[in-house]
Amino acid sequence: MSGDGLSMDRDPAGVANVPHAGEPPAAQPLTDILLRPAARPSRIPQPPARPEPALVEITIDGSPVSVPAGSTILEACRAEGIDTPTLCYLENLTPVNVCRVCVVEVTGSRVLVPACSRRVEAGMEVQTDSDRVRLSRRMVMELLGSSVDLSTAPAAAGYIERYEADPERYGPPARTAAPGERDAHEAGHHHPPATDAAETVLQPVKVDNELYIRDYSKCILCYKCVEACGEDAQNTFAIAVAGRGFDARISTESAVPLPDSACVYCGNCIGVCPTGALMFKSEFEMRGAGTWDESAQTVTETICPYCGVGCVLELHVQDNTIVTVTSPLDSSVTEGHLCVKGRFGFQFVQNRGPRQG
Amino acid sequence: MDLHVIGPLATPAERAAVDAILGPAESGWRGGVRDTGIDGHVARGGHAARSRRDLLIPALHAIQSRIGWISQPALNYVCKRLTVPPAEAWGVATFYALFATSARPPVVAHVCDDLACRLAGSDDLCADLERTMGLAGVPDHDGERTWLRSPCLGVCERAPAAMITIAGTVPQATVAAPVDAAGIAARIGPDGGGRTEHRDHPVPQAGQPGLRLLARIGVVDPTSLDAYLASGGFRALERARAIGPQQVIDEVTAANLVGRGGAAFPTGRKWAAVAAQPALPHYLVCNADESEPGTFKDRVLMEGDPFAVVEAMAIEAFAVGATKAYLYIRGEYPLAEARIADAIARSRDAGLLGDLDIELRRGAGAYICGEETALFESIEGKRGEPRNKPPFPVEVGLFGKPTAVNNVETLVNVLQIVGIDGGAAAYRAIGTDGSTGPKLFCVSGNVTNAGVYEVEFGVTLGQLLAMAGGVPGGRTLKAVLLGGAAGVFVGPEALDTPLTFEATRAIGATLGSGVVLVFDETADMAGALTRIARFFRDESCGQCVPCRVGTVRQEELLARLASGAAAAHGRRDDELALLRELGQVMRDASICGLGQTASSAIESALRRPEMVAL
Ligand SMILES: Cc1cc2nc3c(=O)[nH]c(=O)nc-3n(C[C@H](O)[C@H](O)[C@H](O)COP(=O)(O)O)c2cc1C
Ligand code: SF4
Ligand code: SF4
Ligand code: SF4
Ligand code: FES
Repeated sequence: MSGDGLSMDRDPAGVANVPHAGEPPAAQPLTDILLRPAARPSRIPQPPARPEPALVEITIDGSPVSVPAGSTILEACRAEGIDTPTLCYLENLTPVNVCRVCVVEVTGSRVLVPACSRRVEAGMEVQTDSDRVRLSRRMVMELLGSSVDLSTAPAAAGYIERYEADPERYGPPARTAAPGERDAHEAGHHHPPATDAAETVLQPVKVDNELYIRDYSKCILCYKCVEACGEDAQNTFAIAVAGRGFDARISTESAVPLPDSACVYCGNCIGVCPTGALMFKSEFEMRGAGTWDESAQTVTETICPYCGVGCVLELHVQDNTIVTVTSPLDSSVTEGHLCVKGRFGFQFVQNRGPRQG
Repeated sequence: MDLHVIGPLATPAERAAVDAILGPAESGWRGGVRDTGIDGHVARGGHAARSRRDLLIPALHAIQSRIGWISQPALNYVCKRLTVPPAEAWGVATFYALFATSARPPVVAHVCDDLACRLAGSDDLCADLERTMGLAGVPDHDGERTWLRSPCLGVCERAPAAMITIAGTVPQATVAAPVDAAGIAARIGPDGGGRTEHRDHPVPQAGQPGLRLLARIGVVDPTSLDAYLASGGFRALERARAIGPQQVIDEVTAANLVGRGGAAFPTGRKWAAVAAQPALPHYLVCNADESEPGTFKDRVLMEGDPFAVVEAMAIEAFAVGATKAYLYIRGEYPLAEARIADAIARSRDAGLLGDLDIELRRGAGAYICGEETALFESIEGKRGEPRNKPPFPVEVGLFGKPTAVNNVETLVNVLQIVGIDGGAAAYRAIGTDGSTGPKLFCVSGNVTNAGVYEVEFGVTLGQLLAMAGGVPGGRTLKAVLLGGAAGVFVGPEALDTPLTFEATRAIGATLGSGVVLVFDETADMAGALTRIARFFRDESCGQCVPCRVGTVRQEELLARLASGAAAAHGRRDDELALLRELGQVMRDASICGLGQTASSAIESALRRPEMVAL
């Protein structure tokens, strides 16, 4: 125990033998060295070694692959360089496996399985590009594309192209709902279908505060914001899924405006939203004015100046103005999550008005 | 979590309703009166309150049935009492069709317009109501009453049906069937409350010799424990305790009993898996959510022989090592609920249940909560969203613990097996090799004597229909819906098919929950398909894309086909191809059985031009 730098059994008497500061160092007798307090640990204590997880043999698209036990099929595919589409999956959130765009075929399973959450088992035979898989992925994208505005969801647009989805074939979009109309739908109350148009979630944008907007016309109901606001990060639980079936929607309590809700404006929901349904008001206004230009933006990494936690910030700057703030998903401090100060408290940096008294 | 609760305070009536379930609020922190002596500077609530989260739905029921709807202040009060974030509670309240989250009159007629009731004229009934009372959901002139359309109420043998709910200090819920617009008006009128129903017998075979599952129904008083004991009741439990849990499981396994809830899973295997789990406690759940359109057998069992259900639960709990059991009953079964509650109380008071605690939980209008994992979520006080499987309930079930879930009919079969020495062998001798035992079928629609029938597996569809008196009025049979909305339509050629799991599978059909819904030549098949599409759209939980959007697209497509819009644009073949692709993605990629079967009946009918021409 005494050799690991962590032992507590040093001799208190030795403290007296430390030479006075400022005295020229004399040749040290051996007893001095022996009685000196033990050196402080020179390396950071490591957690106890954990055995490497056992490897499991599976096949993916016919090729044998070894992956650590406990991995998901998605992780196995990624390790093999197989690009698997995902919409509701994010590394820093618990998988909810609801979008179903990642489905793969597993021999022996009656239905397709979600790659993002199904764990590998020895001998599993996985197919990632069979006709069944392609059909399901194409249809999922068609169903989303025909009911949701995906115009600020680049990944989704990519999948639509990749799987040759044709959202138009369900007919033109039905009328946009009136403000609050979708929020008032009660479970089980039927809305008869149109015979000449496809039902959508289109509705007016909710602009009810100065920091961010909620455009649920763009919401694919991936549950990410709910997870980020709740158990997986923020623990505020200001939003939840309300309603049922196609009427399901993200909602505050009784659908009140954000300022009346429990929201603390940490913006973690914005950080995880894959479709732009949740957006900084700054970005929303610039898009409206036609001045939003991602190619003209730089990203500067810095540390949040407010408190001692030291969250990593990424400042997205266009025309010498901070337009949005994010944090990297892989940051060990934040895992992508911030608080209201780091996320939105940047206005003072660019307060260009005349100095006040 | 920091509860943020805004708005006005709940009314005394709302608070009283909640307190009746949760007990009085003991401090200002929990929504009670602030008292410096009690409250001081000490926070209360926390873990103790959160651990009662599963009482959220009972508390919402209490408000709904006292006031007629759940206001924001009332919801907030429950949140304070249970430390549930208001947004989450809102998510739960808006999930269930029997909870109103905007003002609704206290008196509501829920009028069934589903498959069997349509065949009995519910469309005309609803049209009459529109004329006399106004559109569905619109309160009448004094704001006291309204009517709503409802999915299948599970009384198909007496269609058309309506459930009347009257909110108040003594809430009432009754089912009226058969009923017409005048009957509904009389029941919900100013002095209509409290009317008790005269009920015809739902079991045409009542009293016949040789019945096993239905032997007591219509014969033994369902409200009397003494009568149940006198007719041999609780002897199976006694024998189970004598032979021990392992022997019980072995006998159920040897009998080849499979689940009657629709999935046909071997019951003995399920029990053995739960019994063997090291994690504790183990739970037992009796699935009495019975909401598959056309299904009413579990209701008949619970209304007519409730002690049998309780006894069977006690046997299963003993076998799987559970001391806590739940019976989850759909919210539209007031009489069955009362009978079961009574049977549990009497059995417990008589000391027959030992250390077993059976808790009755009422659903709130959500077909999806019959899916076992959605049912767990609902008992836990959450939205009824099915979980992804694996892990399976035998490992990770209710409250994350090993759980055995069984259907009411499955349970009642257990009494036949465990009741006597050699019961398993005798049981296995009934029916066929692949499908053992007696089976209940819910026969309704265009038949002379609708009702629940008990037969041995292997009886053909034609024989069963003959027992029910066949199609009335000399008309010919057009189609039979086997297995409910999630099932398959078959034509007259299937009359010779034995009603067994294996024989129905061989013709691409299913027994599902035992639905045999008969359509004669006059039936409006296109309307039936549209109703099925609507059912799945309304009942989808909305969690996964294939089902949430797919059921909407399927309904739109059927509307285009039925209205002739598709043909008018020369797109009929495209539309049919699209319908098949929709069916495939729902079947392949949906999370649960609802989405996976949402296209099954519709596709089976559209494959047969002679059955439905669209
Ligand atoms: C959408 C859906 C609804 C279901 N509804 C019911 C139901 O109302 N009653 C029931 O017993 N099983 C129902 N099930 C089946 C249950 O998930 C489960 O398999 C069953 O309760 C197990 O009991 P058993 O083995 O005794 O049949 C449903 C399944 C699905 C997918
Ligand atoms: S900003 Fe933060 S607190 Fe507000 S809804 Fe989003 S995640 Fe929840
Ligand atoms: S708002 Fe965004 S993060 Fe939230 S469910 Fe919708 S798409 Fe997902
Ligand atoms: S299939 Fe339908 S009911 Fe089942 S989880 Fe998905 S959306 Fe919910
Ligand atoms: S990424 Fe797997 S289901 Fe959404």
